[in-house]
Amino acid sequence: MGSFLFDFFAIFTVICAVGTVVNKNAVNAAMCFLLCLVGVAGLFVQLDAYLLAFLLLLVYAGAVVALFLFIIMLLDVQGKSAVSFRRLSTAAAVIAAGLLAVGLCSFAIHGHLDAPNPNYASGVGAALKPYAYQLFTLYLLPVQIMGFLLLIAMLGVIVLSKKIDPAEGAK
Amino acid sequence: MFDFFFNFHPVIQALIKGLAVVLVIFPLAGACSLAERKVSAWMQGRPGPNRAIVPWFAYIPFLGTFLQRLGVFHLMADGAKFLFKEEPVPGHVNKLYFVLAPALAMMPAFTTVTVVPFGAYFDGAGHAIPLALANVDVGLLAVFAVSSLGVYSLILAGWASNSKYPFLGSVRASAQLISYELSMTLSVVPVFLWINAPGTPGTMSLAKVVEFQSLPGFWGGTWFIFLMPLSAAIFLISLFAETNRQPFDMPESESDLVGGFHTEYGAFKWSLFFVAEYSHMLVGSGVFTLLFLGGWNPLPWIPLADFVAWLHGLLGSAVILHPLFVGVLSIAIFLGKVLVLIFFFMWVRWTVPRFRYDQVMKLGWQKLLPLAIANLIFYALAIAWVQTR
Repeated sequence: MGSFLFDFFAIFTVICAVGTVVNKNAVNAAMCFLLCLVGVAGLFVQLDAYLLAFLLLLVYAGAVVALFLFIIMLLDVQGKSAVSFRRLSTAAAVIAAGLLAVGLCSFAIHGHLDAPNPNYASGVGAALKPYAYQLFTLYLLPVQIMGFLLLIAMLGVIVLSKKIDPAEGAK
Repeated sequence: MFDFFFNFHPVIQALIKGLAVVLVIFPLAGACSLAERKVSAWMQGRPGPNRAIVPWFAYIPFLGTFLQRLGVFHLMADGAKFLFKEEPVPGHVNKLYFVLAPALAMMPAFTTVTVVPFGAYFDGAGHAIPLALANVDVGLLAVFAVSSLGVYSLILAGWASNSKYPFLGSVRASAQLISYELSMTLSVVPVFLWINAPGTPGTMSLAKVVEFQSLPGFWGGTWFIFLMPLSAAIFLISLFAETNRQPFDMPESESDLVGGFHTEYGAFKWSLFFVAEYSHMLVGSGVFTLLFLGGWNPLPWIPLADFVAWLHGLLGSAVILHPLFVGVLSIAIFLGKVLVLIFFFMWVRWTVPRFRYDQVMKLGWQKLLPLAIANLIFYALAIAWVQTR
């Protein structure tokens, strides 16, 4: 049954991911993305990474996609005809897609995965303590750098979006 | 006595247990809507709903009129009305999402129930075994994660309705619910800092929180509302905002948005939104009870085990110690606290006027969030100081 559920969630996730990309209606795409995240959370549960599954739901499904929908509704982007592609971007897209396809094919033919390490099977993502321990020891620097990047991005958004009135700035 | 139940396939057992819980939550949520009308009437000095009665009930002396005055038949009348009314689907809506939204409102409300423990019994060795559909280690995170999905029903309802007031309501809902989720999550962190002492395996389990509040001794038996009053206050205020209760009901706000996100809805779909809202309140109050009000412990400093032993000494009957009796008693205590909290929700609703939207945002971001962070830092330092001594 576990294997069946894993296959189900895997196929479900891929279908929803495809739906996210091909949907023209922005709200439909966001809902497909939401279902895709739920599918990934289901895969995490199948892999005994309960903590990761719920964190994914809490942060991405609960807040990030809701913000996406908020922005989509606020800008009301749906219904507008898409901008037609330029020749250069079309060529770039074709080359990128070709590279991706070649990479996937070569991975499917030549690649092989190592057998999972039995010592590692209990999973860092299963419970709070091992997860937090890894976060604050092994991955401390990447976490800090990511936080810093996000802070800079936030400052950038504030600078770009706030129109400073010269008269007010002089005060 | 119950061997036949344990002979079933585990999936069927789980299904039966799940159905039993839903069969309690759904009518309770419906009864809350009646209670809301009765409580509001009581607070405003009106009799409230007191007319509807099934014809042959009127012939029962005392009981018939008592039930009529209590208004219990209005509940049935409302249910029947919602079921048999015409379901209007306006022509300008996005049909798929319009129909999906009320169903989506129910799903998180009922899914969160699975991880909320609601009682306990004692095994032979005297250990408390929590009663829950799924006693998972990530308990509270699961509640937060699944209940945060509830915002989609409001967003989709407003967007799919394709008219102005519902749209405004859903835009408000998405901003408000995300804002208050932050302070809500931060406000409970001190509780888990306290129960996850150094050297113990980390847990987010709600049953563990109750276990900590039933320890012997002064500090062990203290409910966390006394130990961390500010956390409890922030959590409760955020709970009001998360469940769209007045004074935070910006998404529906009938004085300026007609009906907000549900303006275009009618009949059973409309009532589903409200059953979902009351289910959210029930689950939210349940979580508050577990975190800050000692769960199924009857009084502060009197854990369930002591209470059962005292009752046993008083009545001298062996039935008291039977796990079934203890289980039912603990569920009754837990539900009693939840219902008191529900009354508190209604009390506030009919006392405090609705905020303006900018006030809601200002309260969330400029007052509650810094307060929650300051609270967290204070308790982190205090707990580090206490637990290392």
